[in-house]
Amino acid sequence: MAKYRMHLLVCDGTTCHASQSESVKNALQDCLELNNLENEVKVVSTGCFGYCEKGPIVKVLPDNTLYVKVKPGDAEKIVKEHILNGQIVKRLLPTETVAQVYASEGKTPFFDKKQIRIALRNCGFIDPENIEEYIAHDGYQALCKCLTEYTPQQVIDIIKRSGLRGRGGGGFPTGLKWEITAKVKSDQKYVICNADEGDPGAFMDRSIMEGDPHSVIEAMAINGYCTGANKGLVYIRAEYPLAVKRLKVAIDQARAYGLLGKNIFNSGFDFDIELRYGAGAFVCGEETALIHSMEGKRGEPTFKPPFPSEHGYLGKPSNVNNVETYANVPVIINKGADWFASIGTEKSKGSKVFALAGKINNVGLIEVPMGTTLRDVIFKIGGGIKGGKEFKAVQTGGPSGGCLTSHHLDTPIDYDNLIAAGSMMGSGGMIVMDEDDCMVSIAKFYLGFTVDESCGKCSPCRIGNKRLYEILDKITKGEGTMEDLTKLRNLSEVIKDTSLCGLGQTSPNPVLSTLDNFWEEYVEHVVDKKCRAGSCKGLMKYIIDAEACTGCTACARACPVNAISGERKGPHFINQEICIKCGTCMEKCKFNAVLLQ
Amino acid sequence: MVHVKTIEDLKKIKEEFGKRIQVSGKNFDPEKVVQIKVGLGTSGIASGAKEVMNFLRDELEKRNIEALVTQTGDMGYSYAEPTIEVKLPGQPAVVFGKVNIKKADEIIERYIKNGELIDGILPTNYLTI
Repeated sequence: MAKYRMHLLVCDGTTCHASQSESVKNALQDCLELNNLENEVKVVSTGCFGYCEKGPIVKVLPDNTLYVKVKPGDAEKIVKEHILNGQIVKRLLPTETVAQVYASEGKTPFFDKKQIRIALRNCGFIDPENIEEYIAHDGYQALCKCLTEYTPQQVIDIIKRSGLRGRGGGGFPTGLKWEITAKVKSDQKYVICNADEGDPGAFMDRSIMEGDPHSVIEAMAINGYCTGANKGLVYIRAEYPLAVKRLKVAIDQARAYGLLGKNIFNSGFDFDIELRYGAGAFVCGEETALIHSMEGKRGEPTFKPPFPSEHGYLGKPSNVNNVETYANVPVIINKGADWFASIGTEKSKGSKVFALAGKINNVGLIEVPMGTTLRDVIFKIGGGIKGGKEFKAVQTGGPSGGCLTSHHLDTPIDYDNLIAAGSMMGSGGMIVMDEDDCMVSIAKFYLGFTVDESCGKCSPCRIGNKRLYEILDKITKGEGTMEDLTKLRNLSEVIKDTSLCGLGQTSPNPVLSTLDNFWEEYVEHVVDKKCRAGSCKGLMKYIIDAEACTGCTACARACPVNAISGERKGPHFINQEICIKCGTCMEKCKFNAVLLQ
Repeated sequence: MVHVKTIEDLKKIKEEFGKRIQVSGKNFDPEKVVQIKVGLGTSGIASGAKEVMNFLRDELEKRNIEALVTQTGDMGYSYAEPTIEVKLPGQPAVVFGKVNIKKADEIIERYIKNGELIDGILPTNYLTI
C-alpha cells in the first residue's frame, strides 16, 4: 500500500465547511491527480482549527505550513509551488509577520493560538490513575519545593503575587484567603476542596478531577502547609462517580508513595485527605452550606462573618477553595508568580476554563487567557452558532449569572468586566443561545432551577423567587401585563438585597439581565402577545390556511382534543378555545396548510 | 514501592518513566512502540470510548502490533467524542475524533500500519505550558 510523503489537512469544521472547504478539498484532489501525485500526497479533512474567521484552512504536513483563506483556485498554486517545488505560497500565509518570520527562519511560527492550558495542562494527556505519569509531568515538585525551600509565608506571598483569584465564581484573591486562614490560631485547621459543581451545563471541575486528580491533591497539601492544616477534605457530589473513583485511586497512590501521610519530604509536615459526599444540592456550593453538609447537618448557609477561615468545619478555621483554583497552584509554584501574572488582564490573572454548551458547533471544554473576548470564544474556538443561525445571547455564570448580547461580544472576559456587563464569571459554564431561544423562557428556566434549589431558610429567596417564577410563567402564557414587568424588577432588587446567601443574592440576575438586554422581547410578550422565537406555546396559534387545505381530514382525525372541524374535501378550521397547541395537526398535514402564528 | 522523600526521588521516577513504560508486567520502550491514549472522561465513556479502547487493545494484539493503549482524561472535544490520541514512534501525536469501532479499525489499518492520515483529525488549537 502506498505510504504518503505528504498530507494536506483541510479544515472541515462547520464554519470552514460553509466557506467552501469541500470545494477546496476537491480542487486539491483534482490538482494532485492531474500531476500524478495522488499516490504520494493525501488530502484529509479535519475538525475545527479554531481560526474560523480565516477559513478555509489548509495545513501541509510534515512541514506544518498553515494556509488561510484558501480558495479552490489556489489549489494549483499549492500543488505546483509547495508540493512540487518546495516553495511556500507566501500569499496564503496567515499574516505578513508570519511570512516574514518564515523568510528568516524557514518555518511557520506559532500563530494565533487562542487557548492556553494551565489548569487543564495534564487533562487528556496523562493517565489519571498512574501517579508516576503525573510525577513524570513534574508532579509533586511544587509540593517538594514548598516544604523544603520555602516558609509558609513565602508560599502565600508567591500565590498573592501571582494574582490568582477564586475560580469558583466569586473571584476572591486566593493568596489573601490563605493568609487569613494562616493567621488564625487554632490547634486544628482544615483544607477544604469545593468540588460541588452545580451550574447546569458546567463540567470543568469534574473534568479536572477525572483527568488530573493529583494536581488537586498536591495543591491541597501545599495549602495545608501554608495555613497550618494537616487535614484535607474534598466535598464532591456523589453524582460524579468517575471523579470520586479517580480521586480515591489518586489519594491511595499518593499515600503509598509517601506524598500524603506523615513527615512528607522529611519536612515534619503531615497531611492527609478524605472525601465527603454531597447529595447534589446547588446551595451546598456555598461555603457555609457546604461545611454544614459535611458536618452532617442540613445543607443550609449561615450568615458571614464569621467566615470559614475563622470558624469553619467543626468550628475550626477552614480554607475553602474550588477545584480549578487548586489545579492552578502547582504551576504557579513551579513556573513562578511573575509568569502566571504575565497572562491575563490587569486585575484577573491567568486563564479560565469554560464549558461551552448550547447552540454552538464545538461544544466542549476550553481554557483561555483572561481577557479573551466572548467573540473569540464563541466564533473562533466555539466554531460559531449551530446551523448557521443568528447569535442571540450567551449565558455565563449559571443561575447566578446573566445573559449577554451581541453588544457584549467584544467584552474581554474577566471578573470585573463580566460584572460590569450585568453577568458574572461564575464557575465557567457558558451557554450559547440563538434566535430560536426565547429570553423570557430562559429566565424562567433559571428561576425554575433556583426555586427547586433554594434551601428555604430565608424568605426573600424561598418566597420571592417563587413569585418571580410565577410572574414569568404568566408572561410566557400571554397573560402578563406591563405592571408585571415593573414588579419583576422591583421584586428582583429586593431579593438581591435581602437574601441570606449567594444563591438568593444572585438568583434574580437572569431576570434582571434579560430585562435590561431584551426589554423589547418582554414587551412583545406582554403587549403584542407574541414570542418572536416561537417557543412560548401560550402565545402561539395554529391556524389552517383555507386555500391550501384540501379537506383530507388527516388533522381532524389526529387532533387529540377534537379542536378541528370542517366538511370532507372542504376547508377545515381550528377552534382556538379548545386547541392545546400540541402541533400534531402541523405534523400530519401533507399540504403545508397548517400555519403557526 | 518507592517512598518519595527528596526531589531526587521525584526526578528519578520522572527519568525512568521516560525510559520505559510498564503495563501489566510488560516493559515497553516508548521510542519503539505505538502509543495510544483514549479519552476516558465521563463524556468519552458516555459516547462509547471504553468499547473503542477494548477493541484497540484486542485488535492490536491480534494484528501483532506492539502498542501501548492507556486511558486519559477529557481532551475537551465534547463535540467529537470518543477521542483518541495516536503517537507513532518518532512522530508527533495525532488526535482523532468521533472514533467508533469502524474508525478505530481504519486507524489501525491505514494510519498505524501505513502512516496514512485519515479524515476526522482534530487539530491542536491550544498552547501547552
